[in-house]
Amino acid sequence: MEQPRTATEPDVPASAEPRDDAAPAAQGGMPEARIDDAVFDIAGLTVRYGSFTAVRDISMRVPRHDITALIGPSGCGKSTLLRSLNRMNDLIPIASTEGRVLYNGEDIYADWVDPVEVRRRIGMVFQKPNPFPKSIYDNVAFGPKLNGFKGNMDDLVEESLRRAALWDEVSGKLKDSGLSLSGGQQQRLCIARAIAVSPDVILMDEPCSALDPIATLKIEDLMRDMKEDYTIVIVTHNMQQAARVSDYTAFFTVDVDDEKGERTGDLVEFDTTERIFTQASDQRTEDYITGRFG
Amino acid sequence: MSVETPTRPDRPGGHVSLAEKAPNARRREGASRLMTVVLGFTVAAAIVPLVLLLWQVLANGLPALSLDFITQVEPLSYRERGGGYLHGIVGTLYMTGVAAVVVIPVGVLAAIFLTEYGGSKYAYVVRFFTDVMTGTPSVFVGLAVYALLVSGAGGAGLGFGTLAGAAALGILMLPIVVRSSEEMLRLVPEDLKNASYGLGARKWQTALKVTLPAAAPGITTGAILAVARGAGETAPLILTALGAREVVGALWGAPQADIGLLMVDGFTQPFDAGIERAWAGGFTLIVIVLLLSIIARLIASRSQAR
Amino acid sequence: MSATDTSTTKESLRGSGRARRADPIFRGLVLVAATSVLVVLAAMIIRTTLDAWPVFDAMGFWGFISGQQWSVGHSRSEVTGTYGAFPFIYGTLKISFFAILAAVPLAIGIALFINEIAPAWLKRPLASTVELLAMVPSVVYALVGIYFFRLYIWEPVGQFIASSPLGNLTFFGPPVLLSSYWSAANILAIMILPIITAICRESFAQVPRDEVNAAYAMGATRWEVMRKVIVPRSFSGIVGGTMLGLGRALGETIAIAFLIGASQRWAPQLFFGGDAMTSVIVNTFADAAPEAIWALLAIGVTLFLITTIVNVLARLIVYRVGQFSGDAAL
Repeated sequence: MEQPRTATEPDVPASAEPRDDAAPAAQGGMPEARIDDAVFDIAGLTVRYGSFTAVRDISMRVPRHDITALIGPSGCGKSTLLRSLNRMNDLIPIASTEGRVLYNGEDIYADWVDPVEVRRRIGMVFQKPNPFPKSIYDNVAFGPKLNGFKGNMDDLVEESLRRAALWDEVSGKLKDSGLSLSGGQQQRLCIARAIAVSPDVILMDEPCSALDPIATLKIEDLMRDMKEDYTIVIVTHNMQQAARVSDYTAFFTVDVDDEKGERTGDLVEFDTTERIFTQASDQRTEDYITGRFG
Repeated sequence: MSVETPTRPDRPGGHVSLAEKAPNARRREGASRLMTVVLGFTVAAAIVPLVLLLWQVLANGLPALSLDFITQVEPLSYRERGGGYLHGIVGTLYMTGVAAVVVIPVGVLAAIFLTEYGGSKYAYVVRFFTDVMTGTPSVFVGLAVYALLVSGAGGAGLGFGTLAGAAALGILMLPIVVRSSEEMLRLVPEDLKNASYGLGARKWQTALKVTLPAAAPGITTGAILAVARGAGETAPLILTALGAREVVGALWGAPQADIGLLMVDGFTQPFDAGIERAWAGGFTLIVIVLLLSIIARLIASRSQAR
Repeated sequence: MSATDTSTTKESLRGSGRARRADPIFRGLVLVAATSVLVVLAAMIIRTTLDAWPVFDAMGFWGFISGQQWSVGHSRSEVTGTYGAFPFIYGTLKISFFAILAAVPLAIGIALFINEIAPAWLKRPLASTVELLAMVPSVVYALVGIYFFRLYIWEPVGQFIASSPLGNLTFFGPPVLLSSYWSAANILAIMILPIITAICRESFAQVPRDEVNAAYAMGATRWEVMRKVIVPRSFSGIVGGTMLGLGRALGETIAIAFLIGASQRWAPQLFFGGDAMTSVIVNTFADAAPEAIWALLAIGVTLFLITTIVNVLARLIVYRVGQFSGDAAL
């Protein structure tokens, strides 16, 4: 399928939203990559936990069918941002969100939007592999069963496991517990489980941080294959991983307020991964990246 | 509301609006809402009886309450109004106090054994039987103390009285003290103990001078809750304290009074005056138990705040 | 032990004799304290069993627990009466069963509501309120049960059920008495609610947040997360809590003694008066001749046996699920 792989290509006019919404992101001297087909259009997003501001005034557009990496030092709010994209932050009672997150042109924080529907469309893979203590089959079938899937469940399970590049390893033992798999396999099972509800976007919160290098490479290969069908947003601590897999990279930093003792995340720069890693326009980005590499 | 109509259900081009939910979304959402209400009702099912109970105790207990109630003993006839439960209050506090004084140190020492030497098989056995003891019916403890201490045939022959009642309450309190203290001792960070060992302290010094003080607020909380539980017990005292009609100071040799026993005597007689005093007694008992548990929780929350 | 104890090469590192003996003494002291728990328990079991022995001996253990007639003798030295404890065992099991039947679903619901639905500021007050039910002394439950609940709630509800089509069944049939299995089961249900709720709450809280989040991230509704992730994950915790609640119910005394009817008989109906193991002990103790006291001790030993089996099973299950805090163990 022809997809707007690079930012310069013309695109299918997808979102009804005008380009102006991206404008705030360009403020503050931050050059922004031209993204024509955005899945997410985030404008002025601020997330607070109680009185503590975790991320402040984030504006960016997340391109469709690409992998976008969110990087930055710990505490910079990249996970918070990720969790606000499918309203997982709603589950934290003290969390409050300001600003707009347009998903295909619709604000997911609008009153009429059902967070359950948002999460069905926008799946999530977590830091630690977290299969349910059920069989491999039941893990994958869990979501479709909830959503009243009427088709052939066996086929769907197989298809999801194939897409997660796990089928060959587990096809003979679908009745085994998901917990019997290795860490890397468990994580791919979690990806299969997320895929099974046929989401549009998959959010990954440091999906490889608990895995060994070989398992990590497998997941990265898988991500590259998956972007044909899905938009992926990944939070990672690992610079090389961001450089290896992502098309776009957003760099965040921590703004420390010594008086209040608060640490707030700020978006410094958002661009194609290539530009971020070779000719970052902000000194802080370059320092961070070269510091990590050098 | 929805901005666009989907031209096709698949991805790229025209996107499916978020308003376009899964086919069964309405039913699932409805079920979730309904169950939230149902679960709310279960909470009400617990709170309503509690409110009714407290209301009844207040409404019926307050009229019979006066200064006399805590400074005088009950008149000899249940028909007669006035008088109070002084002997019961004294008896309850006396027996609970004796039990606490003996049981709390023993329980805390046992808890130290379980934490400091907890790896042994023996510690496992002690822990297990302590838990079994927590679930022992209080009336069985009453019977056992009767057979061991009160009865002359095969027992110590002390007769009904303060000591037998205190023994029964103490046996009920002991496992609670042991387990809650153990829990609290376990929370003391290993670093703190290591710091003490690093200074050349011996095990007993570390246990008594570092670990125990660090866990003291939690242990106190647990101990007070155990005392509160003891103070509210009545059944074993029927078999051990028996009840008295005046203030009893003797540790043994004379039956001892108790608020719960006086209440039972009062409310099983068909006389209004006695029943009114029973309500007032119930009120007093709740106040004692609540005061103890509030104190316990204050200690717990103050130590947490630090 | 500490490092200084093991080093024996240099005299200067040996430490003084007194100081080195302190630790073993300390160990002995705490060991004695810990052992006292076992000693007390053993003493209680042995003394009561010995005292109850003549009755078990005369009736046979099976005869004792299955016998339907309880008529006490007045001897000081031998067993002259007939002691069949079946009516009491039946009553205890019957009211405990119905108390559990009512309390477990309620407890699960309350625990789910407090843990998963209530807003943060409401959790603590709600939990404290439920715990308050556990703090109320049993004798107060008896008082309020006698003078309020059975008059205005249980008996009318019983009348309603008995006059409904259900009343055609012997079990739900009339007459409806004020003091009955039904009243006793009701008060028990309220009394065991807190402990089951506490254990359920703890085991729900132990469900890994990751799994809960994973279910939410797949678009599960709140109820689906509770029903498909939290409750199944906590099954053994719920069973353990139920068993602990059952242990409580079996041993509850004062509230039962004045609400079950104290008839010393058993009846198949729910709304009829009966008797229970604990209640016959406290209700007849005061007038009992020595041989009757042996018989009451025999009931006590049987009760201890039953509750201990239930509690041991409960503990084994709860241990397997994980460590629970002291509060819940209360």
